[in-house]
Amino acid sequence: MPSATVLTTHEPALYEKLGGEAAVDAAVDVFYRKVLSDDRISAFFDGVDMDRQAAKQKAFLTMAFGGPHNYTGADMRRGHQHLVARGLNDTHFDVVVELLGKSLAELGVAPELIAQVAGIAESTRNDVLNR
Amino acid sequence: MPSIHFEGREFPVQVGETVLDCLLRNGIEISHSCKAGSCQSCLVKGSDGPIPEFAQKGLKDTLRAQGYFLACSCQLKADLTVTRAGSEARVEALISGVDRLNDTVLQVRLKPGVPLAYFAGQYVSVFREDGLARAYSLASLPDEQELALHVRMIPGGAMSGWLSSVAPGTKVWLQGPAGNCFYARSTADEPILLAGAGTGLAPLYGIVRDALRQGHTGDIWLFHGALTPSGLYLTHELSELARTHPNFHYVRSVRAGSDDRNGSGGIEVRELDQCILSRFPSLKGWKGYVCGDPALVNSLRKKLFLAGMASKAIYTDAFVPTAA
Repeated sequence: MPSATVLTTHEPALYEKLGGEAAVDAAVDVFYRKVLSDDRISAFFDGVDMDRQAAKQKAFLTMAFGGPHNYTGADMRRGHQHLVARGLNDTHFDVVVELLGKSLAELGVAPELIAQVAGIAESTRNDVLNR
Repeated sequence: MPSIHFEGREFPVQVGETVLDCLLRNGIEISHSCKAGSCQSCLVKGSDGPIPEFAQKGLKDTLRAQGYFLACSCQLKADLTVTRAGSEARVEALISGVDRLNDTVLQVRLKPGVPLAYFAGQYVSVFREDGLARAYSLASLPDEQELALHVRMIPGGAMSGWLSSVAPGTKVWLQGPAGNCFYARSTADEPILLAGAGTGLAPLYGIVRDALRQGHTGDIWLFHGALTPSGLYLTHELSELARTHPNFHYVRSVRAGSDDRNGSGGIEVRELDQCILSRFPSLKGWKGYVCGDPALVNSLRKKLFLAGMASKAIYTDAFVPTAA
């Protein structure tokens, strides 16, 4: 996969099926709370500005939900470069995808839609890990 | 690179340089303090060019519409004419008195020339005649005659040192108010938690009294932290408020001193977050206000969030210190 792929390939109806922006808003707190309290990855979030972080989480979820976004692979790379330098690897990426799935399940999202969301998140793996 | 046009001169900006840094580098005196887009002391006005949206973050719509922006948060992509903030952005005020609240905190009382419309808990920037500026939270209520600020005396501090011996009647200028840390009711019975250390109490003292005055019926818990009991202040006023309002609860937290949590002192020797979370392990459905030192605000806000408080229900005001 080329490094600066624009992440626009997604099932067009997914975002609507999930409930659009309201669904993202509902999921942000649940997901972010899980991320911050999971010992396997929480250290990467020490000292971050919560306002900015919550805005980023919302943008990420919108993208993973197949919603309108302007994230590019290059953004993903730049945004995680400093974390890769601190040891961010596949294991951590897997944890995030796992927590994303758990959050959606908790909110009552159907398994097949969760699988689609996980698929979109998965497509960012190489960019996030700067490979 | 683009240029700043200022009072008839032209200053090319360097790569990555803000409007404030460029003007300061060229020997222009511009009021500023936090250099982080928070205190709004470096407010200036732009014209004849595009104003980056980021530089207007947090400003009132009326100021934005007039082209005002924060010089410390502005990196130019094109030429811009910059002028100093005019009188429409600031109001005159007279210092009516300065009281000591404890060994290190002053209360500065001010009378603005025209009434200032604000919400209790917002902040204003105070400008001395020579342009020295600092932002302080309002501890007063909008219907009170005077504005009240709590000023921590900082050793060698330019503004706090001056205020500690200023004569009543001295004129200053106020800009603002700004900030979104104030009582905004969703429901009258939602539980409210307020936490702050040191002069972080100033906005909280305003918010608590505003909520009570507006008839809030839900529980209101105020947690005030200090290193030692001598760092606490307004303890008599707050205890009295707790005595007369059954839904208001006042907890004092210190790091060192004697524990008196069951006695009349009501002082607990443990960290602020422990005082809170030992009482309320789950904060789902609460509204929260956290004010004071940025490190404390950031860490406490995260803990409240993890305890179940919704991120949108947490209002914060981090007192960003003056940049060197």
